Amino acid sequence: MTAFLAEWWDLRDLGNTVGALLDWIADRGVPDWVPYVLSGIIGIAAVLLWAILSQLAFIWIERRVLGRMQVRLGPNRVGPWGLLQPLADALKVLAKEMVTPRNADRVLYWLAPIAVVVPAILVLAVFPFSPGMVVADLNVGVLYIVAVTSTATIAVFMAGWSSSNKYSLLGAMRTVAMLISYEVVQVLALLSATAFTGSMRLLDVVAWQDRYNAWLLFLQPLALLSFIIASAVEVNRTPSDIAEAESEIVAGYHTEYGGIRWGMFQLAEYVAGFAVAATITTLWLGGWTLWGLEEWVPGWLIFLGKLYGTFFLFIWLRGTLPRVRIDQLMGFAWKFLLPLMLLNVLLVGAEKVVWAETGASAGVVLPAFAVLNLALTVALVLGWGALAGGLRPQMRPKRPLLVREVGGIYYQPMP
Amino acid sequence: MSIGLEHFLVLSALLFGVGLFMALSKRNIIGILMGIELMFNAVNLSLVSFARFLEAAERLSGQVFVVFSITVAAAEAAVALALAVAIYRRRESVDVDRINLLRW
Amino acid sequence: MEDAGSVVAFWALAALTLGAAVVTAAVRDLVRAVVALVLSFLGVAGLFVLLSADFLGVAQVLIYAGAISVLIVFAIVLTPRAARDNAETAMLWPALAIAGALMGLVIAVALATDWGDEAREGFRETASAIGEALLNRYVLPFEVASVLLLAAMLGAIVLVRED
Repeated sequence: MTAFLAEWWDLRDLGNTVGALLDWIADRGVPDWVPYVLSGIIGIAAVLLWAILSQLAFIWIERRVLGRMQVRLGPNRVGPWGLLQPLADALKVLAKEMVTPRNADRVLYWLAPIAVVVPAILVLAVFPFSPGMVVADLNVGVLYIVAVTSTATIAVFMAGWSSSNKYSLLGAMRTVAMLISYEVVQVLALLSATAFTGSMRLLDVVAWQDRYNAWLLFLQPLALLSFIIASAVEVNRTPSDIAEAESEIVAGYHTEYGGIRWGMFQLAEYVAGFAVAATITTLWLGGWTLWGLEEWVPGWLIFLGKLYGTFFLFIWLRGTLPRVRIDQLMGFAWKFLLPLMLLNVLLVGAEKVVWAETGASAGVVLPAFAVLNLALTVALVLGWGALAGGLRPQMRPKRPLLVREVGGIYYQPMP
Repeated sequence: MSIGLEHFLVLSALLFGVGLFMALSKRNIIGILMGIELMFNAVNLSLVSFARFLEAAERLSGQVFVVFSITVAAAEAAVALALAVAIYRRRESVDVDRINLLRW
Repeated sequence: MEDAGSVVAFWALAALTLGAAVVTAAVRDLVRAVVALVLSFLGVAGLFVLLSADFLGVAQVLIYAGAISVLIVFAIVLTPRAARDNAETAMLWPALAIAGALMGLVIAVALATDWGDEAREGFRETASAIGEALLNRYVLPFEVASVLLLAAMLGAIVLVRED
């Protein structure tokens, strides 16, 4: 572990500054609980401020980047290079009328946006931006992330149900089915990472990666791939934004929500995206460490850089891939990703046992595991994909098929 | 005032009573199932409070019991809801007053 | 637990849990009852954390509030609209009497017993201890539980199949 100084001006870890401030306050003779409560308030305020500012910035970044990927300019009207676009969006959202449908279930309709935003924000509490900058250093941090994001499922259903709109309910049920399928894949991918490092505490996982100088990216590539895919589905991003695709089902479960209520759903989506990127950064990309660079560059800057890089990957996926159909999506989860994740958990267990039994040093064992896991990833993805996948090349049609060839009803044109 | 074992046991008993009331008197099968889940929660709460207040810190058998109780409750909820859906398909109703083929 | 934080937390969580449970029993719409049930589950999860069972608190949120409530919601959607009023049968008053009697009996016994709870230290992390217990001392129930889950999954699928 890099030895940080503990002075208040050591900005490589802002926890030092806050700690010094709290010590100064405690020396003034206040009751015992005041520094504790203040540290909580400062941490929560800092994380919330960062999340909202990042979201505002990424509204612009995402639309510009998507535009450039689609060979067009992004928004460029509102201010130089369209930089005031988030402000325009926020003003529009605040000014819109919030119409409540007549037959809507009042309590659930009012409660649904809150119930969607709260888990997204709560999950940001466990991420270590740097050793002293964790809001809640939980012993069961990884399980907490999964548990809190799983409560969003019932909130999505509440939103769709209370709108008294058939299409909202349909979108909500599709979203719920999607969420519970990919939750299993997500939990198994996180289990692989947790079992390999031996602890559910996020600081311990980062410490493991720091001690062995090996990011879990190299040791568990299959788990990382599955987690990226499962998380993109969990936060309803393309290629799986069936619920809110404007061309599919109007806007799915948040069709009937206007104004700031819709703004809450968008906030939840972006903050959940940041939370997922933070999970990937902490568990697989080494958190705030960068092979020793954290002695000069502040750890939280490295963390944020990795987080934004991962989020850029999600934006890239959104700009590149077409939307997947709901049955294709569910088949992909249950038939492809889940067996691979089960095999991965088995593999992690076997590797841990081999490492413990042979007692070899990490420098020998870990590169071997990395090479083995990478080879197995490529082999499994290609092999299992060919075996369990859809049409083989010789079965794909070579020309567009007529309706009567597929077995549909074909009406003769009137003579 | 300090919180002791009795507080948790009283709370667990009250929760169990509400769940028992729902399980005994609801007309919808799913209402009965919600009562059963409340009873499970009450029992888990009392088990964990016993583990906290009466057991040595190394044993933790109360909490392991609750792990299995949660597992069995999840399995039971899945099967019970599948039963409810199957009953609706056969009898066109989930009203427990109508599902009386086995009565005398 | 004497410190003010634990006392406030206990009373707040107890009010949430019990209030949400009573709302579940009393409200007239089944979907609102499910939402109140989820709130009750979250209250119980908070009480688990207060009782130093951190792993169980998070597992309670994940399994009960995240999965079992979704199961109940799916069942509500698949069953008829006419039966979603969360009404009681004719057994309302006998059920109330029986539940009240049982509650009274258990509370009387719990308050009258001398439990002999010595003062134990506060929060200890339990995740690794539970994991070791599950694989050393309780390995047989652990394996049997996995078979039980498999049987429940298969049973649920067989029951709902359309043939």
